[in-house]
Amino acid sequence: MNQMQNFTKGFLKENPILVLVLGTCPTLATTSSAVNGLGMGMATTFVLIGSNVVIALMKNIIPDKVRIPAFIVVIATFVTIVDLVMQAYVPALYVTLGIFIPLIVVNCIVLGRAEAYASKNTVWSSFVDGAGMGIGFTLALGVLGAVREILGGGSIFGFKFIEGDAILVFILAPGAFIALGYMIAVVNRINKKA
Amino acid sequence: MEYILLIISAIFVNNVVLAQFLGVCPFLGVSNKVNTAIGMSGAVTFVMVLATMVTYLIHVYVLIPMGIAFMQTITFILVIAALVQMVEIILKKISQPLYQSLGIFLPLITTNCAVLGVAILVIKKNYNLAEGIVYGAATAIGFGLALVILAGIREQLDLANVPSGMKGVPISLVTAGILALAFMGFAGLV
Repeated sequence: MNQMQNFTKGFLKENPILVLVLGTCPTLATTSSAVNGLGMGMATTFVLIGSNVVIALMKNIIPDKVRIPAFIVVIATFVTIVDLVMQAYVPALYVTLGIFIPLIVVNCIVLGRAEAYASKNTVWSSFVDGAGMGIGFTLALGVLGAVREILGGGSIFGFKFIEGDAILVFILAPGAFIALGYMIAVVNRINKKA
Repeated sequence: MEYILLIISAIFVNNVVLAQFLGVCPFLGVSNKVNTAIGMSGAVTFVMVLATMVTYLIHVYVLIPMGIAFMQTITFILVIAALVQMVEIILKKISQPLYQSLGIFLPLITTNCAVLGVAILVIKKNYNLAEGIVYGAATAIGFGLALVILAGIREQLDLANVPSGMKGVPISLVTAGILALAFMGFAGLV
């Protein structure tokens, strides 16, 4: 597989959320608007790239038996960095995303890529893999956030185009489950045809 | 009275899965059968109460006095991982039947974000130790309730004629959405 395929596989074919169904908690919780979804996606992408690169660098040093705890420490380090940086520079987004920033550490995507990819491949291809998966994750979050914002609030990226209330339930918890359910169904369909 | 409110709020009003979106992965993953759902809820309750207690004590007596509260995420996840491992070893030695029923779920719990989530929330909400333990237990019961209900529905759903594109995860998510809608009815309760 060349690097280009490696990079784009996370967009649709192996999209971490829509096909692998990993990391559903932050997906549902942080997509009440497009901006929140994108913010969460970028934070996760940073952690994914960082942990993938460091783990690929250290794969020969880490003993096989304690690899999972070692991976978790690396991931938690990057999560702490993101947590502190966001607190300092984007306090409003930090408050909205709240508990889900520290919870990136238990996001199955990050540990999943570390175990399945970075621990077996070179630094450069692990970087590409992390970036591709991260962008796929961000895209899915952005689209889901935009859909929920349009249906639920009648606005997109904060610009309101419908006066008054829209279908409010899509901003609330039930709408998150339902919107993601239909989105996965659509992507299943697209992937089956391709 | 205060504790009763805390319990009702954590189980019904702010249900951990359906309102706060914590622990959605196992919620979708092990809700095929009612029996496995019950086993998983038992294991989660056990670990969640224990983890809340231990992480609270570590936060108050180690992290704060040393001025390293920013190490919270790393410390908590390692404590939880170690705790899960320990519970597994102890259960295996002490009670074979209990290990048989809960054992297979234990490794999965480390990556259950509800456990780490509750540990962090207890610190964020400034609960004391007793409140923290009650909150942890009630949250775990709420998780179990949602899991068992969804498992019951999915057992029935197997018999229904679902469109091919919606089979599996999509239909479970839509079902969970309707379930969340039902739980919103509890909103005015507390």
